[in-house]
Amino acid sequence: MTVQGWIQILVFFAVLTALTPLLGAYMHRVFRGDAILGSVLGPVERGFYRLLRVDPRQEQDWKGYARSALIFSLGSWLLLYAILRLQGSLPFNPAGFGGAPADVTFNTSSSFVANTNWQYYAGETTMSNFSQMAGLAVQNFLSAAVGIAVVIAVIRGFSARSLKTLGNFWSDLTRATLYVLLPLAFVIALFFVSQGLAQSLSPAQAFTSLEGVKGVITLGPVASQEAIKLLGTNGGGFFNVNSAMPFENASGLTNAVSMLAILIVPAALTATFGRMVGNRRQGWMIYGAMFAFFAVAVAIVYAAESHGSPAQQLAGIHGGNMEGKETRFGIGSSSLFAVVTTVASCGAVNAAMESLTGIGGAIPMANMMTGEVIFGGVGSGLYGMLMFVILAVFIAGLMVGRTPEYLGKKIGAREIKLTMIGTLAVPLFVLIATAAAIASRYGLKSIYNGGPQGFSETLYAYTSQANNNGSAFAGYTGFIQPNAPGNAGSFGITFADLLGGGAMLVGRFLPLVVVLAIGGALAGRKVAPAGPGTMRTDTPTFGGLTVGTILLVALLTFVPALLLGPVVQGLTDRMF
Amino acid sequence: MKKDLTATAVGLIVLTLVLGLLYPLAVTGVGQVVFNDAANGSQIRVDGKVVGSRLLGQGFSRAEYFHSRPSQSDYNPSATFFSNAGPNGADTRDAIARYAAAYLKTEGRYDPGLTRAQIPPDAVQTSASGVDPQITVANARIQAHRIAAVRRLPLDRVNRLIDDHTDGRGLGLFGEPGVNVLELNLALDKETR
Repeated sequence: MTVQGWIQILVFFAVLTALTPLLGAYMHRVFRGDAILGSVLGPVERGFYRLLRVDPRQEQDWKGYARSALIFSLGSWLLLYAILRLQGSLPFNPAGFGGAPADVTFNTSSSFVANTNWQYYAGETTMSNFSQMAGLAVQNFLSAAVGIAVVIAVIRGFSARSLKTLGNFWSDLTRATLYVLLPLAFVIALFFVSQGLAQSLSPAQAFTSLEGVKGVITLGPVASQEAIKLLGTNGGGFFNVNSAMPFENASGLTNAVSMLAILIVPAALTATFGRMVGNRRQGWMIYGAMFAFFAVAVAIVYAAESHGSPAQQLAGIHGGNMEGKETRFGIGSSSLFAVVTTVASCGAVNAAMESLTGIGGAIPMANMMTGEVIFGGVGSGLYGMLMFVILAVFIAGLMVGRTPEYLGKKIGAREIKLTMIGTLAVPLFVLIATAAAIASRYGLKSIYNGGPQGFSETLYAYTSQANNNGSAFAGYTGFIQPNAPGNAGSFGITFADLLGGGAMLVGRFLPLVVVLAIGGALAGRKVAPAGPGTMRTDTPTFGGLTVGTILLVALLTFVPALLLGPVVQGLTDRMF
Repeated sequence: MKKDLTATAVGLIVLTLVLGLLYPLAVTGVGQVVFNDAANGSQIRVDGKVVGSRLLGQGFSRAEYFHSRPSQSDYNPSATFFSNAGPNGADTRDAIARYAAAYLKTEGRYDPGLTRAQIPPDAVQTSASGVDPQITVANARIQAHRIAAVRRLPLDRVNRLIDDHTDGRGLGLFGEPGVNVLELNLALDKETR
């Protein structure tokens, strides 16, 4: 570890914390209906409602809201699947790629609609520019917008509004896209182009290297996709090596902006939450709990990677672990990125996750295993966190013998039951899927490395997919391209494609519906004024209790699994 | 229900047009006009011919050139993949040992004091992209001995060229400094032409 490395990490922490209340306040106004850009984009917004034939003021109860969100996501899924399968007949296809096989496309479509962006395919050898732009990048926007819309609806349920409804899905979706994601993405994309990220629809450029080797430079609409891939915590790379590719992430500066783009919306939503419930300290408490996990994770990964890997030490090489890391990022920026992308459910990577040291790889897994609630996905991170807050309130209530209350609203048996489903179903699914993949010969086909690393690959794969992260120990595969590039003769590993695709859909939509139900149950419930006996939920003490709840409920579930894979690797110098 | 279906169908068409075509084409348009060189991959031309990109590393094996980091993908920028070499893999250890032996053999001739323990990790571990355009300054300083001898340049001059082609941290803060290998080699060719 170096002083320089730590300074950049601390500066990053400071900038993130400073921007959180600003964007938080901006989004608060957006969803209240008086966006700062409203005077410019207002006519566009209203025109859009007319086209859709929806009345933005017509409030929906939780069931109506959930129905709209699910139908919209199903429509998105079908459209994306069609585009990807038919890409051979669609425009903007300079390399003439045909469609990928059905099982892989099932996985990919589920992945992008579920805001996961797990990729069994390699972008530059599988996807046409049309698929990247009109298929994948559109879902980068829309899956993120659905997440934001849902969390805003849930917060309305928690807030002191007297309505029993949660707002209008179409209005929230439109506003999240038009006022938040699109303007930010446009600005960041242009900045990225200025810094060297490719943005071109030209065919690949042939070149001859100084030593006479012929090659081609693949270009594409990279920067525009990059911006929303990060902002929407999506993570699917244009190129197979994702944000490690210089055309996706050209310098230390673009890397810093990338990390900020990943975390800023999920972080700022905590401030939006504080404003919407009328007590900004409530938002800061949640931010603080998230930040505590984040900072500790960064320190551990940075220390582990600086220490180097057992393989390199046995080969007689001193210094940090540079396997699978880029020179311009070095150990510090690569470690920070690995944590940023896994606390947020982004999944973009600027280094090979599989080549991290044992402990350096265990922490990203643990980050995801919290259910992606440390900042988490846009929207989904905060609504996941709110379920843990309810659990913390419940546990505290049991300890002091009072009816649990959050923001003045009594928490009843129904909410607790829903919360238990919402917080435990996904971890259970991860463990079962991992066990199935390890125990069956179908699952073993996907594994690249042997020994505990093979187990780690599998555990990482299902943890990442079910929690909608999308980063990978990339040796784990579900797609074979014997004649790469292009899809001629390629085939999927059906077991991995279908199980993974299923995991992503369950991990996305089950908590989404559950949390809307909780919001719906709380909506319109009477708010009791705070009295001397009220347990305060905007204090560091309660923040600590929330952290403890997450550790107990989520992480403890996975300790045995972690011990079998990455922890074993971290504790031994044995080679496998 | 019917309302949701209508809104979904119309919404997806409109949003695909706006987000999937208008947005990327707008970025492409502005990018191509304002940042033409960057938007097209920062290509480097010598005598009108494209020899690569300043952002893409390429393989060098000749003694008169600085060498890039080892690549798992043979420096191919159009089909990238990670090495996925695990931290406890015997094959990882063996690969690093092989790269280290080769590095010692190549550089040790010109820098006799060089030991295995002094080899910078970036010189013997594959990068993430396989086309890392840079090497660390420490790595370049070791190779400078070879370049100076083969090209009959003073070592000071080579080291100054390294400094000239070292990109600093972003805003002086983010990431690590690195030496751009392709640009440095082009500068060397110019110097001793």
